[in-house]
Amino acid sequence: MKKLVSLIMIMAILAVFVPTAFAAPPAQKGQDYIVLAGDWLAKIANKYLGNPYAWPAIMALTNQKHLTDSTYATIINADLIEPGWKLYVPSKDEAEAFLATYDKNKPEMLYAKGAKGQLVVGSWWTAGGEAEGLNGMFKIYKAKYPDVQIVNATVAGGAGTNFKAILKTRLIGGDPPDTFQLHAGLEVEGYSPEQYLEPVDAIYASEGLEKVFPADLLSLLKYKDHYWGVPVNIHRSNVLWYNKKVFEANNLTPPTTFEEFKTVAEALKAKGITPFVLGTKDGWEAGHIFEDVLAGTLGAEKYKGLWTGATPWTDPGVTQALENFKMMLSYANPDHSAHTWDSAGEYLIAGTGGMMIMGDWTNGWFTSKGFDGYGWAPPPGTKGIFVALSDSFALPKNAPNAENAQNWLKVCGSKEGQEAFNPQKGSICARTDCDPTLFNEYLQSAMKDWAVDAIVPSVVHGAAAYESWVTDYKDVITLFVANKDVAAAQAGLQQACVDAGICK
Amino acid sequence: MRRLNWERVVSILLLAPAVIAVAIFVYGFIGWTAYASLTKWDQMLPDFTLAGLSNYQKLFANQRFQIDLRNTVVFTIVFLVSCLIIGLTLAILLDQRIRGEGFFRSVYLFPMSISFIVTGVVWRWLLNPGSPELGSTGINLLFDMLGLGFLKTGWYTDPKIGIIAVAIAATWQMSGYTMAMYLAGLRAIPDELREAARVDGASEWQIVRYILLPILQPVTLSAVIVLGHISLKIYDLVVAMTGPGIGFATDVPAYFMWDTTFRGNHFARGAAIATVLLIMVAILIVPYLVHSIRTEAEL
Repeated sequence: MKKLVSLIMIMAILAVFVPTAFAAPPAQKGQDYIVLAGDWLAKIANKYLGNPYAWPAIMALTNQKHLTDSTYATIINADLIEPGWKLYVPSKDEAEAFLATYDKNKPEMLYAKGAKGQLVVGSWWTAGGEAEGLNGMFKIYKAKYPDVQIVNATVAGGAGTNFKAILKTRLIGGDPPDTFQLHAGLEVEGYSPEQYLEPVDAIYASEGLEKVFPADLLSLLKYKDHYWGVPVNIHRSNVLWYNKKVFEANNLTPPTTFEEFKTVAEALKAKGITPFVLGTKDGWEAGHIFEDVLAGTLGAEKYKGLWTGATPWTDPGVTQALENFKMMLSYANPDHSAHTWDSAGEYLIAGTGGMMIMGDWTNGWFTSKGFDGYGWAPPPGTKGIFVALSDSFALPKNAPNAENAQNWLKVCGSKEGQEAFNPQKGSICARTDCDPTLFNEYLQSAMKDWAVDAIVPSVVHGAAAYESWVTDYKDVITLFVANKDVAAAQAGLQQACVDAGICK
Repeated sequence: MRRLNWERVVSILLLAPAVIAVAIFVYGFIGWTAYASLTKWDQMLPDFTLAGLSNYQKLFANQRFQIDLRNTVVFTIVFLVSCLIIGLTLAILLDQRIRGEGFFRSVYLFPMSISFIVTGVVWRWLLNPGSPELGSTGINLLFDMLGLGFLKTGWYTDPKIGIIAVAIAATWQMSGYTMAMYLAGLRAIPDELREAARVDGASEWQIVRYILLPILQPVTLSAVIVLGHISLKIYDLVVAMTGPGIGFATDVPAYFMWDTTFRGNHFARGAAIATVLLIMVAILIVPYLVHSIRTEAEL
């Protein structure tokens, strides 16, 4: 009897592992489907295949059909299908066969393998204006190379944390996407470019990019005498935002020196207004502001030298920068560690705060809040300095469709490509010849500065130093914000530089 | 050794998948992490050159990690002690056979059903320090209204007591659970014992001190183990409530581990922190396991 029970149990366990052997699928053939308003892929998959998670099968097989019969739609973005499109809904068997091999980390499987091949574009632009800007560039590419299937291999996650983890395994495993997003500057070091990336010097030459990018940007992009990516956009780190009404009511102008900052801050404080609005909850904001203070105290050349070893961190200028930062912190809202930069920014919008220093994405944030009473100026000491960060696209070694990827990089560097992308993203062109009328008022002023200012790299956003150094730098500044110990912070910054292998 | 009969084969077959999965996905990965912590893996691409214990040396010299360890100790003590005291008190009060006991029990137990993320967000606002310009919020506002303004503090924005603010939120969530454990223990104590003590002229406090507490000792031990490993591994609450905080006032090793590994690419350092955390939990758990296995063997 016991044996029988055991046998039945083993059978039961086997049945769990081999369910298909018992459940015969209902006979059903693949069919065409015309998209209706209010449809989405998972809904269709649920209705016809009984499983909302089977949507990749519909997408992949429709794209495959499109190759031989152009009445079928091409689906580039799984979240975007339009009424009237003709889709192919596979039979359950077809769908299951596809899903058995499907790997969601390889989105190119969702697209057809055509004669002209694919273009797999890896990025972390999944939301809002970023995704729209990327689609704008896709459209331009599609018009030029209609036979190439674009594969939008985005992976959501702030600053690309998740994306980089997947990218890394694909690079090491010899299975790279055709091109991927990379912060311009020293972040490239983390990818061991000589081993895993293809230099793109030839594209710079053929497209004349060296003539249209500012010289400072070019030197920032060069690593070991090669270019490793084509930048598509520029953000500015050093912007001082202020509430115009508050400044006008008190007859103040934005401070241009640290002395003036103190005068302005005192005047605001006397009126019961928080002079310097600050949020430090996420850990990087203070490091962001300090990079602008460093540039404002040391000047462009000495600031750049900090990241190459030309300026020692023991320099008295760094001491002065820490003193300046300490002075500014004394005017900040005491609850700054409870706020992110944007929740602190509410003080400025409400008129209870006077000034804040944050990157130019703040412009888009103000707009989304429906607030237009803000003004901007370079933070103290940084007039004529543009602390920049930039996204670029790179070309991995052994990219399956290298030629398509090179054409993509050409679109990225082109005037029309950058003009399609940047107004949506809320950034300016890396090129200096974009049409200013496409951009809003703030971005126009940034474009003017971009063309003439000295360009220096942002630390916190991956341009000036590689990531391990950046996190050490941030940790030192986080401690400094609390204990305001200038000597300890300077020693810590020096140590971070030594650990990074730049200083001795 | 016993002969391999059919039943033994079946039991081995049934156990094998679980055993293999645990061996690989738990112990295998623990071994892998420990190995990674001894290497020079300091950027995105792995570098498995052995570096001895230098990662640990640097880690313990790291100022942020020293603060983290101190935070962990403070958090554990505050969290454990307040959970035990509040939990025991509530359990004893509820054990008085009062009316509406079920209602109160649910109320006290309720916070436990919430995730730490929600608790963190709510308590971030409750313990928001406010500012002179914008006025107080949350608990500070309550103090103001009660005329207890002198009790107002910066809570988690104050570098000295930041971690205690986080411990308060954790206590709010877990003391109901401790109460439930104690309540179960109290209900298992036969009334005869208390009555006998009362007949002997013991006061209520003496009953609690000399009768209930000694009998409840195993419950206390279990509570310490459960709460202790939560406090050593705390991460989600910190992420939602405060982040690393001002001068790392509310930073914990788990947060540092995530930050340094996935933002800073210091993979070896992250693995070293993970290993230290594991050892800390092991120090707490292993004696308990040994103890309980022995007790079982005696039975």
